[in-house]
Amino acid sequence: MMYEVPFIVVILLMAVGLYIVLFKKNLIKIALGLSLLETGVNLFLIALAYRHGDRLSAPVFTSQILGGTDPTYSLPTPHALTLTSIVIGVATTALLLSFVMQLYKKWGITTTDEMRRLK
Amino acid sequence: MMDAYDTFINNAPALAVAIPLIFAFSTPLVSKLGDRVRNIFALLGVLIPSLIIFLLAFDVLSSGGMETRYYVFGSDSSTRFPLVGGHILRIAFAVDGMSVFMGLLISVVALSAVIYSMAYIRRYSGLDKYYSLLLLVFTANLGMVLTGDIFNLFVWFEISSVSLSALTAFKANRGESFEGAAKYLIYASVAGLFFLIAIGLLYGQYGHLNIKFLSSAIGGNEEMMMVDKIALGLLVTVFALKAGSVPMHMATPDAYGEAPAPITAMFVTASQASLYAIFRTGFTLYGSNLTVTGETLHILGYILVALGILSMFVGVTMALVQKDIKRLMAYHAISQTGYMLLGVGVGLAVLDTAQFAEYGRTAMTGGIFHIFNHALYKGLLFLTAGAIIYRTGTKDLNKMGGLGRDMKLTALFFIIGALAIAGIPPMNGFASKLLIYESVFKFNPIVGAIAMLVSLLTLASFVKVFYAVFMGPRRSEFKGGEVPASMLTGMAILGGVILVFSVFPSLVVTSLVDPAVNALTYIEGETTRSLTLFTGSGSWNTLVFLGAVMVAGIIGLLLFMMGNKGTVPKGEGRKPYLFGNPTEIEGRPIVVPASNVYWGFTTALSKYYKPTEKAHSALFNDYMFWFVATAALLISIFAFLEVLT
Repeated sequence: MMYEVPFIVVILLMAVGLYIVLFKKNLIKIALGLSLLETGVNLFLIALAYRHGDRLSAPVFTSQILGGTDPTYSLPTPHALTLTSIVIGVATTALLLSFVMQLYKKWGITTTDEMRRLK
Repeated sequence: MMDAYDTFINNAPALAVAIPLIFAFSTPLVSKLGDRVRNIFALLGVLIPSLIIFLLAFDVLSSGGMETRYYVFGSDSSTRFPLVGGHILRIAFAVDGMSVFMGLLISVVALSAVIYSMAYIRRYSGLDKYYSLLLLVFTANLGMVLTGDIFNLFVWFEISSVSLSALTAFKANRGESFEGAAKYLIYASVAGLFFLIAIGLLYGQYGHLNIKFLSSAIGGNEEMMMVDKIALGLLVTVFALKAGSVPMHMATPDAYGEAPAPITAMFVTASQASLYAIFRTGFTLYGSNLTVTGETLHILGYILVALGILSMFVGVTMALVQKDIKRLMAYHAISQTGYMLLGVGVGLAVLDTAQFAEYGRTAMTGGIFHIFNHALYKGLLFLTAGAIIYRTGTKDLNKMGGLGRDMKLTALFFIIGALAIAGIPPMNGFASKLLIYESVFKFNPIVGAIAMLVSLLTLASFVKVFYAVFMGPRRSEFKGGEVPASMLTGMAILGGVILVFSVFPSLVVTSLVDPAVNALTYIEGETTRSLTLFTGSGSWNTLVFLGAVMVAGIIGLLLFMMGNKGTVPKGEGRKPYLFGNPTEIEGRPIVVPASNVYWGFTTALSKYYKPTEKAHSALFNDYMFWFVATAALLISIFAFLEVLT
């Protein structure tokens, strides 16, 4: 049961993120929603990394380091994926916020309702 | 010497990506040495990888193209996968006939885009970043088609999305640029996150990221797992979004329309690379064991056919009512993407059945051949649109006119591109569309008829553009004559390749397209012999056609010369009917705007046009709705269709 908790959080985070991107019209809120969605996906990858049992190898053991006997371990690859994904997320958010800023400077707008000149 | 060459070829996949990456990040530094040095540096950054891709393609194709070459990063041996306890800890590139086919196409378009940029973008500041990002897009596109690792594919996908949206906002004096860029960026980022979920699902299930290993793991199951089906639905939706398929196409015209013209050409190659990713997903990732995945792949084939028909029809009908020249062309890009989805979708729908040999393979050949043709003529058309905007300073078709008198070469390139996109013989677009028409007609006659109808509407739309831009009296406000030489060179590269492809379509199919189709399907086959293209039920030979046209032309000329001389039409017939230009009818000056030329057609179809135009609301939340809805629909089709039947 303990192992399912992160996945429930993942679903909650992603649902909130998707809701914001789908229904909120403020551009800053959309940028926040995108970040939430991204956090959800990153947590999903991290949660995938934790395995118990001994069917896989090349692990990084966690519980035994902490003094436990349960062979719970964490795969290194998803951590590498998450790091990459965080870097990409930072670039995307920064670029998006600069676009939002420029839109406010040029047209004085902050919502998608007003961002409809390309038709 | 041979050893050195072998070492070079073995390392070529990595070099093709590493070299433009180094060039991209050193461009801002080199820019300090002056504009000319920077331009030559950026040109080298595209030219050197293009040469590497060319040599690699030559090497891969000389062995048939079906065998996959692996390049494993950080490994001393590139021949086998280093395994650590059943896990691959390294990133691998996988190169076969399909990869080099895409690599060549990306190189040709990038080369013309960078040469074209030199004059086109000269008036702007921040050019060091422009060339950096352009090289980054080029690298990302090459990476997407060369990689054999699904997470690596995601990284290239994101690099390409971020750089392309930054370049869309390059003309920073206009608010519209930021609108297009922001829409494209959010759309592509959410798609990227969905892609990452799919990767997570597959990794969590199988513990691999390498496409080949994943593929054999998926094929090794008794039957397809739910996880596989959900991942397939997510992957197809995401790549279809970036390829610009209806109904997730709405950010495409926004971004294509606002980006500088050479960047729009790069957008075209990026969307082709996404199409490649769809085909890789279907054929390679899920195609290792058809007894397990065959049913699902047939469903995927029908989905691609449906997306293709929607894209073709909605794209071309929306293009007919546009008045912004680049938005119009962007809708045509969507419409043409439909042909490729249709061709390859038919191939997938009948994969591993008797019909595959009968028409499925021809359809796939047509679809894959159309990818190359599309990148060439669409790239050329966007570059000519850039030349027109460069001269007139407007994108509005209603404000143009008379440019054909001073811009004869641009007009010529436009005609080449327009004939090719409309599929008029003897252009290359005709050869690939003929393959699609004939095979799709056997698949389903109605679909074949729609494909032909869409071509007609495409022609109608480009007749309108040609008329509105080039015809009519010379206008005093558009001075300066032809565009600079670098822009003409960029257009000439693409125009020249189109002409070669047009005259020798069968050679191109034999040497490039067949190996690509073989590599995708693992089935060897040929559709051509000598200079004639066989389309299943007929054949096409450009030289015979040109000969027939010449004979007919000479007969026509003789008939013309036998006629009465000095006959002058009188009355209304003397005056050309011009739209877009002010003209006089019965002494009253009137203007028929180019956007209203097909008024009759759009009014007759108002029952279709009203809801469609309403759906193109330009409201970003609606874009997101279409994406999430399509993803949900595709996942449920894959997951539950078999349960129901």
